[in-house]
Amino acid sequence: MLDLTKYSSLGEAIREALETWPKEVCLYESDRGEEKQRLTYTDFKERALPLAKWLQETGFAAGDRVSIIMTNQSKWLISAYAIFYCGGTLIPLDYKLKPEEQWKLLKHSGATFLITEYPIWRQLSASAGRAEADKVKTALVTEAPANVELAGATRWEAARGNGQPEFIPRKREDLACIVYSSGTGGTPKGCMMTHENYLEQCVALTSWYPFWPGVKYLSILPTNHAIDFMVGFIGPFTCGAAVVHLRTLRPEYVREAFPQYEITYVSLVPLVLKNLQKGLQARFDELPAGKRRAFELLRKINVALTKSRPRLRLSRLLLKQVHQAFGGKIETIIVGGAFTEPQTLQFFYDLGIPVANGYGLTEAGTAVTVNDLKPFRADTVGKPLPGMEVRILNPSADGVGQVAVRSRTVMAGYLDEPELTAETIVDGWLMTGDMGRFDPSGHLQLFGRKKNMIVTEEGKNVYAEDIEQAFEGLPVKEYCVFAANYVWPSQSMVGEKLVLVIHLDRGQTYTEELRKEIATRNSRLMNYKRIHGVVLYEEDFPLTASLKIIRLSLANRLRKLPREAAILPV
Amino acid sequence: MRTLEQTTQEILELATRHFKVAAGSLKAEDDFYRKLGIDSLQALEMLSRLENHFRIELPDYEVQGVSDFKTLAERVQSRL
Repeated sequence: MLDLTKYSSLGEAIREALETWPKEVCLYESDRGEEKQRLTYTDFKERALPLAKWLQETGFAAGDRVSIIMTNQSKWLISAYAIFYCGGTLIPLDYKLKPEEQWKLLKHSGATFLITEYPIWRQLSASAGRAEADKVKTALVTEAPANVELAGATRWEAARGNGQPEFIPRKREDLACIVYSSGTGGTPKGCMMTHENYLEQCVALTSWYPFWPGVKYLSILPTNHAIDFMVGFIGPFTCGAAVVHLRTLRPEYVREAFPQYEITYVSLVPLVLKNLQKGLQARFDELPAGKRRAFELLRKINVALTKSRPRLRLSRLLLKQVHQAFGGKIETIIVGGAFTEPQTLQFFYDLGIPVANGYGLTEAGTAVTVNDLKPFRADTVGKPLPGMEVRILNPSADGVGQVAVRSRTVMAGYLDEPELTAETIVDGWLMTGDMGRFDPSGHLQLFGRKKNMIVTEEGKNVYAEDIEQAFEGLPVKEYCVFAANYVWPSQSMVGEKLVLVIHLDRGQTYTEELRKEIATRNSRLMNYKRIHGVVLYEEDFPLTASLKIIRLSLANRLRKLPREAAILPV
Repeated sequence: MRTLEQTTQEILELATRHFKVAAGSLKAEDDFYRKLGIDSLQALEMLSRLENHFRIELPDYEVQGVSDFKTLAERVQSRL
């Protein structure tokens, strides 16, 4: 990989990469199993520089803000590089948001340029929100059909200037991106990320999970998300590796892509990982008895042999069919965006597929801790990455306190929110709002968010998310544990209770059998961790784009239910 | 050539069978996420079923943000 300490900006580092690996493939684009495009680093450069030149001819200046709202595809990365080449600041926005929300963020970000895809532009240009974001002067639209009217936008494919654009250098402390974290706290906040933040994060991550020419990363999480931006763009591009984009993201095409491209790394959110687990388990269960026994034996052998560290080659031989379904070259599945249940992580590790779970937040420049696989630990979120100082503030008797992070990867602050920034970054330490503790081997364990917790009369702190694991696999559509006082605020510091909120499957009723199942699981918990009651909620839980439950929003909705009547006894 | 009504009806029947719900319980205006209680991954599977049935391709962008059968039927109809 490149020695990133030598570069002062993402544009400079990627420019060097394009010269270092001219013939390596950097992008594959496939649609419904059919490869549509394959670009080398030279091809990439030849597509990005005319766009950079066009931007400069259009009056683009250093520091100008450009938003990209696109699905995962080659033009996303080509555009991003052109922006960095011109010294611009990138605003990656979630393509899944509603047009009104996108305009709201465009306005908030101060973007003057927008690069998007035709289907998204069709909705954006028709939205009433456009009038408010009047600073957005130029819109570039990819893949528009030949004869359509573009409502004031320019075709991306036609935005090509002639001649060499001027490379605009940036300093490490200059803004590279403003990232709107989907977060679970409600209002989106614009995290100001510097070039230094990304360069340092890239060095830290690739020191544990390296990329090299020939690596193929399957990009499924949206590229606007901090994880994919790092491991599906900056990481591979500064190491000569390749990124695979799928234009139709359906489970069957994702499955096909693994063997088709012999994928090395992929990032997933826990929901998808769990789904994968369910699918695999169903296939194992269908095996005839004899084969099943043989498979279980091989799995046990693999578990015994990989206890202290992963042994990929051995696992690939032992559990050949499983590994072949993943293309036979998978090194690690990266999982992030939300807390992953240990049982799911262990399931994959036992099959010889390490899962790099970790803990991070956009504000900290993505990952803070990651599982180092030495040995694999499903019950923690790993150790701090190199360069990360992690402290537990005001720990209780059992060592749990708020997690604070200091690192060169921590954001410069929230855009236009000096007070919020001052509350969040105190003396250089980022207050994460998450509760955790270190175990004796230096692994971080998390115990929920700061406020959705109860303090028992014995002085024990109990975190709602911690309790959720006890209800893993409960036969309901979705569930969530809340501190009742978090949902229905009370002035009292005594008598705090936990409640289990469940959303039943279609056609399902709250039967005595289900109640007993909950009661049985509850009884297995230490008494101070037990839930006090069940709340039936009839609507879908609000989820972020990365499929995390938006707890605050769900709590606000639940608050409308009368507390006493809503909580059913278990 | 099917009419929009026929297309809608066929989609409702397909969803009824695929998700095993009572016949006649789905309506064109229904939000399929809520009515069927499905997640985004299950919705993607339903799209693949529709593509096979109508022998069309529904690009992801065509169905981005669509959550009711009526709009889905319109998007399918425009590709028949």
